[in-house]
Amino acid sequence: MKKNTDLTRREFIKGAAGIAGATVLASCGLSGDALEAFLQKHFKELSNDEKAEILKRIEDECKAKYGKEVAVVGTPAEEGVLFAYALDISRCIGCRRCVYGCCEENNQSRDPQIHWITVLEMDKSEGVNLEKANSYYEVDKVPQPDKFYFPVACQQCENPPCVKVCPVKATWKEPDGIVVVDYNWCIGCRCCITACPYGARHFNWAEPKIPTDELNPSMHYLGNRPRMKGCVEKCTFCIQRTRGEEKKYPKCVEVCPVGARKFGNLLDPSSEIRYILANKRVFIFKEELNTRPKFFYYYGL
Amino acid sequence: MNNYFKSSFVILSALIFFSCSKSGKSEETIKTNYESNKDSNLIAVASPPFSEFIFPCSRCHKNIEPNHKRRELVWAHDNIKLEHDEKNRWCLDCHDANNRDKLHLADGRLLDFTESYKLCGQCHGPTLRNWLAGEHGKRTGSWKGQKQYLLCVNCHNPHSPRFKPLEPLPRPMKPSELRDTNGIRL
Amino acid sequence: MIKFIRNFINFIIASMRMIAKGNIAYYCWLILLLILILQGGFAYLHQFEKGLIVTNMRDQVSWAFYIGNFTFLVGVAAAAVMLVIPAYVYNWGPIKEIVVYGELLAVAAISMCLGFVLVDMGRPDRFWHLTPIIGIMNFPSSLLAWDAIVLNIYLLVNLTVVTNILYSLFMKKHYNHKIVLPLVIFSIPMAVSIHTVTAFLYNGMAARPYWNSAILAPRFLASAFCSGPAILLILFQVLRKTTSFRIKDEAIHKVAELMAYAMFINLFLFFAEVFKEYYSNTQHIVYMNYLFFGLNGKMSPIAIWGWLSVLFGVIAFLIFLFPKTRKNFVAMNIGCVMIYTSVYIEKGIALIIPGYTPTVLGEIYEYFPSIHELRISAAIFGVGFLLFTLMIKVSNSLLFEELSIETIKNREQ
Repeated sequence: MKKNTDLTRREFIKGAAGIAGATVLASCGLSGDALEAFLQKHFKELSNDEKAEILKRIEDECKAKYGKEVAVVGTPAEEGVLFAYALDISRCIGCRRCVYGCCEENNQSRDPQIHWITVLEMDKSEGVNLEKANSYYEVDKVPQPDKFYFPVACQQCENPPCVKVCPVKATWKEPDGIVVVDYNWCIGCRCCITACPYGARHFNWAEPKIPTDELNPSMHYLGNRPRMKGCVEKCTFCIQRTRGEEKKYPKCVEVCPVGARKFGNLLDPSSEIRYILANKRVFIFKEELNTRPKFFYYYGL
Repeated sequence: MNNYFKSSFVILSALIFFSCSKSGKSEETIKTNYESNKDSNLIAVASPPFSEFIFPCSRCHKNIEPNHKRRELVWAHDNIKLEHDEKNRWCLDCHDANNRDKLHLADGRLLDFTESYKLCGQCHGPTLRNWLAGEHGKRTGSWKGQKQYLLCVNCHNPHSPRFKPLEPLPRPMKPSELRDTNGIRL
Repeated sequence: MIKFIRNFINFIIASMRMIAKGNIAYYCWLILLLILILQGGFAYLHQFEKGLIVTNMRDQVSWAFYIGNFTFLVGVAAAAVMLVIPAYVYNWGPIKEIVVYGELLAVAAISMCLGFVLVDMGRPDRFWHLTPIIGIMNFPSSLLAWDAIVLNIYLLVNLTVVTNILYSLFMKKHYNHKIVLPLVIFSIPMAVSIHTVTAFLYNGMAARPYWNSAILAPRFLASAFCSGPAILLILFQVLRKTTSFRIKDEAIHKVAELMAYAMFINLFLFFAEVFKEYYSNTQHIVYMNYLFFGLNGKMSPIAIWGWLSVLFGVIAFLIFLFPKTRKNFVAMNIGCVMIYTSVYIEKGIALIIPGYTPTVLGEIYEYFPSIHELRISAAIFGVGFLLFTLMIKVSNSLLFEELSIETIKNREQ
């Protein structure tokens, strides 16, 4: 009962603020779509109808901007699924195919460049020592004999520090374990970038640019739809692929030429992830921080 | 583990393999196959990477008397440099001398080229086990449903199996290189 | 009620009149500030249009000069009000009149803080997401949500107190004890909490070992107790020379003495941090090494600032430690400038930059503020100074120039 009245009051104030905001903006000459985007509620507070409307609006915006038909979905998490990832450090050769595959699949900005995957080159004699790591290596051929390669992207923590620090709940952990961002709710304070121990979060320092012919038209609201200037983005385990009808593997898994990348359902005992956890030696990156990643590094050889 | 191993074999041998160099055909084949075995969790493999016009081998070999003497090939296949335990092995340890379109296991059983992983598994047992479980090698497709495997030979040249170095894609831009590229400054 | 509103309007009008009146120097100062604000306004328009790409912040160093200034100013705001403690707790006369000025400084500083947060936001248009009721605040886990709340409450409390005191002066009445006293007492823990929450904002980031130290919040408070009063001491002398503002030497010396204690604690806590890092000598030492020396055999560009901050902190402490130098105005002013510089460097550079360098993946990005960052920051300081100047103008008139409702009535007659 109490909650109900609270809600209505809140709705009322929101509505009033909305009208006030609308008046101000309309007088500034903002178009209807921009106004709707400005007043848009948090994704988790939207009704199904509102969601459908917003997805449609984003499709229209994309079409207007890129002149290309796109489909934006908001597929929710499936029950009984907890996604996990494994990466074989002994096999990765540091060719960066995953970096660019990810970039194309997920519509990352080409200018200014945003990469969700960072491949670190490290000395075999040093082990995983970040002070000796280098992500800017330029060589003719990889792997170099005395080096090993350590790709880092979002670790999809069970205990994500980025979610904890967000002042407006613009980022959260979905039931299938994927940490997502509502790009329309993010205020761009960059607390989460500071909180992330894996450098996995990236900020749109300028309006992102993607060549039209490279735009991936199959999009998810919480995933690879084009972002806007001033918001934070990150790896979503290719939510548009992994949650889609076909339940595809993430792009980086499919483009890795050495098969070092593994993906599956942690709750399915027959998944390759469970096989790896049961049979291989696993390395948890920055284990001491208790972030409990669902991204496992392992030694296949 | 043994059971797992066995059942995987059953599943695999239930597959109809195909030997064509066109990838377009492969999806079709897998689908037919999948529907005829609805109950089993099928896996499919990619086609073996034959060089052009090389298969079927019998096309040339049917008129050639098998020569079992270990020797360096100069007449044909001189482009193949064996770097795969070459001190102890040579062509006919894997290729069948009497049926050139097949391979053979150590016990003499014949294999299609599409089943070559069994041949590899004779020596590389743990690797085969990991491959069947999806740990070694690349799987594509669906994390929940149909997957496609690459054969060992899709990545490892059987005559020289060490993975060849690749040219890496360009390095990421350094933070100091990210600049406001459009527009003038006030 | 109507009478109150009429009087309050009179108060506002009288204040406006006071603001508009002044000598040439006053006008020059205002014009200078306006120019400062205007040039930064243009820079901000550009930033608003292009995005934060016009700053030198990047994913590697994602908070920098703006947030450094924010942190420093939170300290100033907190410390300004801490002067209230001796005034009210010990009911110590000479310091009492400066409390108003402390609170005015706090109001100006908090306004600048909010300004710095606003210009640092990627989506300032979505500021309403961070407001209670219409937005969604991530309570209690987000320290930034806490910070937004406590800073705004603190601003409101100080504004209420100051307005109440000044209005009472205007009305020639004693200020309302029932409102002012509880608020003043409340503002003391609030002052502690704004700086503590700001420290926790960094402190809670386990990903950044440089900040993940339990004495970070105490260090924040100690350094604020040094820099805040340093600003006030200089200000008091300037105001004493240029305006009708009056303050006794005794009060200044008392504040200086309090600062000496704060400086000792500040240095001691810093020493404790240095000991921990260098004696245990773990991998986490890289950040402090970057601050004072450099990494991979390359001298760090901020090392000079790191050392300058420590050196100035020590010299200022020595000046304030001995009563002889402390009571010498020249020496004391040098000490004030030094401790101010020391803390400003410490918060603006030595706190934030090494926290990000090397990054969580070991990368070193040598950050230096861009021209846009400098221009916009200058403008925010301009806004703060302008606000402070105008408020001082009003309070001076009320405190020392006998402005009141009566003078206005007399004039009207």
